[in-house]
Amino acid sequence: MEDIDAIAVLQDPVRRRLYEYVVAQGREVGRNEAAEAAGVARTLAAHHLERLTEAGLLVSGSRRLTGRSGPGAGRPAKVYTRARGERSVSLPARDYRTAAELLAQAAEEAGLDAGLCAAARRRGEALRGSAAPCGDLDEARRILAARGYEPYAEEAADGPRAADERAIEGPGAVTDGQAVAGRAGTVVRMRNCPFHAVAERFPPLVCGMNLALLEGLLGTGGPVSARMDPRPGECCVVVEASKNNEH
Amino acid sequence: MTSTAPSAPHAHLAQLNVATLRYPFDDPRIAPFAEMLDPVNAAADRAPGFVWRLVEDGAADATGLRPAGEDVIVNLTVWESREALWDFTYRSGHLEVMRRRREWFERHVEAHLVLWWVPAGHRPGVGEALERLAELRAHGPSPRAFTFASSFTAAEAAAHRAGEAPSRQPG
Repeated sequence: MEDIDAIAVLQDPVRRRLYEYVVAQGREVGRNEAAEAAGVARTLAAHHLERLTEAGLLVSGSRRLTGRSGPGAGRPAKVYTRARGERSVSLPARDYRTAAELLAQAAEEAGLDAGLCAAARRRGEALRGSAAPCGDLDEARRILAARGYEPYAEEAADGPRAADERAIEGPGAVTDGQAVAGRAGTVVRMRNCPFHAVAERFPPLVCGMNLALLEGLLGTGGPVSARMDPRPGECCVVVEASKNNEH
Repeated sequence: MTSTAPSAPHAHLAQLNVATLRYPFDDPRIAPFAEMLDPVNAAADRAPGFVWRLVEDGAADATGLRPAGEDVIVNLTVWESREALWDFTYRSGHLEVMRRRREWFERHVEAHLVLWWVPAGHRPGVGEALERLAELRAHGPSPRAFTFASSFTAAEAAAHRAGEAPSRQPG
């Protein structure tokens, strides 16, 4: 399916709500749950979820949502997550990705990391304008969401234990949707890297650029700070309350 | 065992990278890098798909070995898959080291990282690793020596070996 046709599938408002709900969860979502979130009947939700899958915007699988397995665990239910591929349309046709990759390659070969990061930091500051540094994690989430990072809050236990707990509970167990300001141990993570395709080809260069951009955007020396804490499948940066924020 | 079966469980991915130090290893300007070595190596050791890394006898890492020159440190590791290596290299605390690489290392004009498939259980020596790097530098990416940006599967490497093999097998 052409990108423009796939994107057109999102024109239907119910389909769009279902898509946005599934994407925002960052995990597999069942039909019942999606129907409830979108406020439509299960059969209608199932129809639209299948259309989204046919268009390549979602991928479907099956899972026993009860968490049980073996005889008596019930039939597997159909679940949906966002497809990994990207869709974009430019009218008239433009190709900024190739330009970005060529520029990144040249910057990488010339070792221009420092200059690129300086430019990114200035751009972030310019985007922030005259606003004071970002005041708390809720504001950080709004700013990041507006730039497509798909932020979500996560309770961060210390050290590798946190990762183990995540693996058990799944990303659905985080505090998404709740106010997070001032909560000790909360970090804002990001499901989406707006520079994904280029970041995958030139990770240190582009991830460093991304961190510098976010430092400029959120401000440094303020109540929140960004640092690198990469994890497979997500943006490389986390935002947290600054350590020296007590006084 | 000299299995050349192309299926993934029989092949592991070896990786060598070389980095030319801008200052002597004990220079204070290198200290931030040196401080990150232990935690990052510990993260590698417990990373999914990690198989092995080169360590100097009696040391915690391979930074004391200088097979490629007095000011060149080497990092030689083996992984179960390209994805496992990629995720560790670029989606773990290791990325922070990479992000700051220009502070500590000279820019390399030639390739400074090479990947190649080895039979599971094989521990590539430094000589073997440097040969692969030389091959990549001389001929560009091939199934024998490649990079993340232009990688080959274990099956492609096995097919490539099979294609070379007949001349090497006397009766």
